Amino acid sequence: MYRYNEFDTAFLAERNRQFRAQVERRIDGSLTEDEFKPLRLMNGVYLQLHAYMLRVAIPYGTLNSAQMRQLALLAEKWDKGYGHFTTRQNIQYNWPKLNDIPDMLDALAEVNLHAIQTSGNTIRNVTADHFAGAAADEIEDPRPVAELIRQWSTDHPEFQFLPRKFKIAVTGSPNDRAVVKAHDIGLRMIERDGNPGFEVIVGGGLGRTPMIGKVVRDFLPKADLLPYLEAIVSVYNLLGRRDNKYKARIKITVHENGLEKIQELVEARFAVLRDQFGGVDQAMLADLEAQFAPPQFRDADTGAFEAAYTNDPVFRSWVDTNIATHRRADHAIVSISLKAHGATPGDASADQMRLMADLAQEFAYDELRISHEQNVVLPHVAKDALPQLFQALKAAGLGTANIGLASDIIACPGMDYCALATARSIPIAQEIATRFEELKLEHEVGDLKIKISGCINACGHHHVGHIGILGLDRAGVENYQITLGGDGTETASIGERAGPGFSADDIVPAIERLVLGYLDLRATADETFLQAYRRLGAAPFKAILYPEAREKAA
Amino acid sequence: MPREFTPKVVTANALIEGDVIYLTEDDRWSRALEEAEVLTDEAHAELRLLDASARQSEIVGAYLADVKLAGGTAAPTHFREDFRRTGPSNYFHGKQAES
Ligand code: HEM
Ligand code: SF4
Repeated sequence: MYRYNEFDTAFLAERNRQFRAQVERRIDGSLTEDEFKPLRLMNGVYLQLHAYMLRVAIPYGTLNSAQMRQLALLAEKWDKGYGHFTTRQNIQYNWPKLNDIPDMLDALAEVNLHAIQTSGNTIRNVTADHFAGAAADEIEDPRPVAELIRQWSTDHPEFQFLPRKFKIAVTGSPNDRAVVKAHDIGLRMIERDGNPGFEVIVGGGLGRTPMIGKVVRDFLPKADLLPYLEAIVSVYNLLGRRDNKYKARIKITVHENGLEKIQELVEARFAVLRDQFGGVDQAMLADLEAQFAPPQFRDADTGAFEAAYTNDPVFRSWVDTNIATHRRADHAIVSISLKAHGATPGDASADQMRLMADLAQEFAYDELRISHEQNVVLPHVAKDALPQLFQALKAAGLGTANIGLASDIIACPGMDYCALATARSIPIAQEIATRFEELKLEHEVGDLKIKISGCINACGHHHVGHIGILGLDRAGVENYQITLGGDGTETASIGERAGPGFSADDIVPAIERLVLGYLDLRATADETFLQAYRRLGAAPFKAILYPEAREKAA
Repeated sequence: MPREFTPKVVTANALIEGDVIYLTEDDRWSRALEEAEVLTDEAHAELRLLDASARQSEIVGAYLADVKLAGGTAAPTHFREDFRRTGPSNYFHGKQAES
């Protein structure tokens, strides 16, 4: 894991000292809200419906146990005993008081964490595959590159006032678990002639104009990454529209200017920048790669694991859904579900955070990850430890076996917290999960991604959900629109609107109808919802959702 | 025809706590909607909002929110304002837990 050097520590202490003074001046009246707002946003402080919110970056989703314990401490000391993990590998605290936030930031700095550039029109927290360094299908761990990008983009003097926010995601394997095609820049690691490099994707994004990113360079040698990124962002910085907030993201810049023109400008700028970097970045990267060296894996005997798997059906069910293949045969990647049926997706209590920290220390070489699907991952667990780990998780309400299933729902905060919301999303997620638990059907249904946003900004990724739900305000009443066939992986697609929206009372039965209907439509038990949708098209699914329309037509 | 002016209250978030507050007739900030001054005259409402917005060291983001009169006190007309005066629905937190 990356360890802060003296420069990082001093920089963060100085930033926190400055922000403390800014908060003091706001409270004593020397700064108006208009003056203070850009300053607080630079430091991750939002104002939501009921309180301030502090968004803390978890760079590329990686934490050690000491950091997780500190997150628990913040939740307990300055919040209401819990934190909310988000789709961009951040944690949000929903109830801090303004005058406590400087202390919270100092406490975070003690464990090398911060809230810098988690909001505002800057390059945001760089996200990465949550299985980085552990996945069997990986070419290289993407985190050294992600850390390099973080250092380059943090306080980058040219990129503090971009036309709009800017999000970068990296995956180290051809299989995309980081939704790179829905980011301003997505980096997908590939190999050419045995050398690792990146497919560079630009102009993806969700929000009111969802777009799948376009390949701007099909193969970029790894060594050219930073100058190339700087070229893209500087071209965008000049070309991006500042006259209209809704047209300011790079996806619109690419759309309006055309990919070819962007490509030309980027390559021209890159030609200039490449020499200026002069290899400093590569020396830094080599140093970072050493810091991200894998742990000293121990050899594990898998006999006990296999016996438990055969004999204990509850354990088996959890293994079947929550375990992913590790690069070592005697290890496993464990996903801890923060989606207990009926709970708020992505929330963890301080006690749960502490337990996960303890378990990471005991069983997982001290490493934890936060996934964009709002779950926690223990990336390296020796298989012989799995039965004991599962028992400990289960006892703390963290043993839910539903990763990738209907109740593993992404939901944004929605109208329960968010000042921009047009409807609630959390209660819809809670009700859907509770209903599927009652039906005892989700294992039978298999791989299904339901994603819910409480407004058009799409923080809940609904456009890339197999089933997306968008909460709207229709004449003062909550109304939910369904999209179908979205996909956030390497075969990305934007979901299509199914038809008229549903009321808060009707949306859960509509989803149930849709999923039960899919079971009748699928060709085999292995055909997933998305595959069935792609094979059959929207018509049969719409007919299930809107039976009245079918009757009228008949 | 100009739209008829519907009753309003001045609301904002408290500077330090960040929670929802309402302007009362005697220029206090109350945490209860029932104590808010109900504004039925447009010119007066604009004036009250201006006064409130000037109190920068106490509040953030003052605006006029629609209310209806129920038994002499103000009640929200839109679900957003209903959540603001109650708290989130997933936990018993916020105003609903404080009274
Ligand atoms: C106070 C809470 C929040 C506010 C005010 C907020 C605001 C916004 C806005 C305005 C956009 C649209 C940007 C655009 O299209 O230019 C957006 C997009 C997005 N936000 Fe949030 N958001 C909040 C919470 C969250 C949370 C909790 C998550 C993660 C669960 C999140 C993740 C995202 C993502 C993934 C997108 C879409 C991707 C994109 O940027 O195109 N946001 N948010
Ligand atoms: S999608 Fe809308 S409601 Fe949900 S968190 Fe984003 S801005 Fe808020």
